Amino acid sequence: MTSHAATEKSRSRPAPPSPQDIRRKHVGDALFRGITALAAASVLALAAIYVVQMALNSWEAVRHFGWSFVVGTTWDPVFEEFGALPVIWGTVISSLLALLIAVPISLGVSIYLTEIAGRRIRRIIEFLIEILASIPSVVYGLWGIFVLVPLVRSIQPHLTSWFGFLPLFQGPPFGYGMLTAGIILAIMILPIMTSLTREALHAVPNHQREASLALASTRWEMIRHAVLPYNKSGIIAAIVLGLGRALGETMAVTMVIGNQPTISTSLFMPAQTIASLIANEFAEASSSLYLSVLIELGLLLFGITLLLNVGARLLVNRISHAGGRRR
Amino acid sequence: MSKTNHSAARSRKRRQLADRLMSGLTMVCVAISVIPLVSILGYLIYKGAGAINWDFLTKLPAPVGASGGGMANSIVGTGIVVGLAVLIGVPIGVLAGVYLAEYGRQSRLGRSVRFFADVMQGIPSIVVGIVAYTLVVLPMQRFSAIAGAVALAMILIPFVCRTTEEALAATPHDLREAGLALGQPQWRVTLGIVMRAARNALVTGIMLAAARISGETAPLLFTALNNRFWHSGIDQPISTLTVQVYTYAIAPFDDWNAQAWSGALVLIAIIFVLNVVARTAARSKYVERS
Repeated sequence: MTSHAATEKSRSRPAPPSPQDIRRKHVGDALFRGITALAAASVLALAAIYVVQMALNSWEAVRHFGWSFVVGTTWDPVFEEFGALPVIWGTVISSLLALLIAVPISLGVSIYLTEIAGRRIRRIIEFLIEILASIPSVVYGLWGIFVLVPLVRSIQPHLTSWFGFLPLFQGPPFGYGMLTAGIILAIMILPIMTSLTREALHAVPNHQREASLALASTRWEMIRHAVLPYNKSGIIAAIVLGLGRALGETMAVTMVIGNQPTISTSLFMPAQTIASLIANEFAEASSSLYLSVLIELGLLLFGITLLLNVGARLLVNRISHAGGRRR
Repeated sequence: MSKTNHSAARSRKRRQLADRLMSGLTMVCVAISVIPLVSILGYLIYKGAGAINWDFLTKLPAPVGASGGGMANSIVGTGIVVGLAVLIGVPIGVLAGVYLAEYGRQSRLGRSVRFFADVMQGIPSIVVGIVAYTLVVLPMQRFSAIAGAVALAMILIPFVCRTTEEALAATPHDLREAGLALGQPQWRVTLGIVMRAARNALVTGIMLAAARISGETAPLLFTALNNRFWHSGIDQPISTLTVQVYTYAIAPFDDWNAQAWSGALVLIAIIFVLNVVARTAARSKYVERS
């Protein structure tokens, strides 16, 4: 009787896990862990695929031209003469132009957002900048063709009449060209640079600000001497990432730069970037050498942006968030 | 005595003036950065809304020279290519994110995956297009919707991987401990409790990724190519809204240019809807708490 009650009781209680149960749990865990690890490893594999595929497919061009490819100045697919210097020039100059415009503006906006703006205004501006970041490249290009290009065309004669003694400001008023590309790139990299710079300034601890104010600094002196120098590496990382974006940006630049692989000292002359050359000619590349050359250009672009991104990430990872301004 | 007072007051005035001036300059920067946004959105509505009508949304492009026609095939095409890319990329990205958040926080694999996922988000999308071309178009010997989808999936995977990790990392640790204390194996705690708690944030990440790839043009130029007709299978070239807007924008015909504006307006509308849905989903109680 009592033994019966005892078994009844033990039946209503969950049985202790048998060794089989435990092993099954382990199997399930190991399996799930394995699957997720495989997915994670495939992200690394993806990175490897980039390198391998581009290296393999550009090998023909690398062997055929060697280093002369990078210094050649003639781009003539019909006679299979491929010199990349004009597009490298176009890529670098248009991106530097973009930085020249975007760095001071994004720094100003970030300072306003972290140090000056009230909560509500800050929210609104951050929202607007997010919208700016979500506009697709092709829409920037469309706006560039029909709004920015005519604008540049109409102000160019004035610039030429004022500064025309400099070769920088000479040239025919096309509207399509280096300056237009630089402006549109500046607009496009502004959101990412602003958000990264803002993060960098947020990471500056408040005691920096308090100490500076306690020494009777004005707000600007505090920003200038206590906030900006504290996290230089974060600000530099933002600039480097912006540069990486600008170098690789394709559609909007293709639509406004004029697409002529020539080197010119004038800001108003049409030019060509690596990315826009690939966009224009890749689908029409007729020979395997031609295709291979375009892939080599892609590899070059990939290598540069990869280096910039790795460098910037290493800088960003150094930022400490201890005691920064809280939102 | 009064002289030093006088010069101190003057320097004080100068410093305050500098302060005002620089504060003013930062506001000018804000104004400058908002102008392009206002101009772009304004022109999109001003030029785009006019040409949007029922035909535009339901008809194929008109033959060259004829007026009228629409972008229905491109709108559907963007849906198909983005949908395929989500199908390919989301499982890999989410599982990789689960690994980062639940197993590999500090492991060497975890750290390197996290690093490369971040770095890959900065790779130019035109380069992604080249790699997808060598992976899919070269072996298949033709441009196809699936090649475009692979290209977009390659952009989506690192993005979703990181948003998933962040979503899971934001759930409170008590949830995991409670689940484990009930005797659940870890994989069921992750799938049934942690991921369910982070559901809204996961959806947000995926929607933002979809919005991001919907606007991509460069990787599709020589993978999906374009098509003036309805698509006839995922192994055939397909039209997408972005490539069609590009084609029509650089064409020398006025009515094509006008349609490019309308196409861009539809594109922006799609991206905004995805963004709004994503942000609405983001209001999860667990995300707020962390």
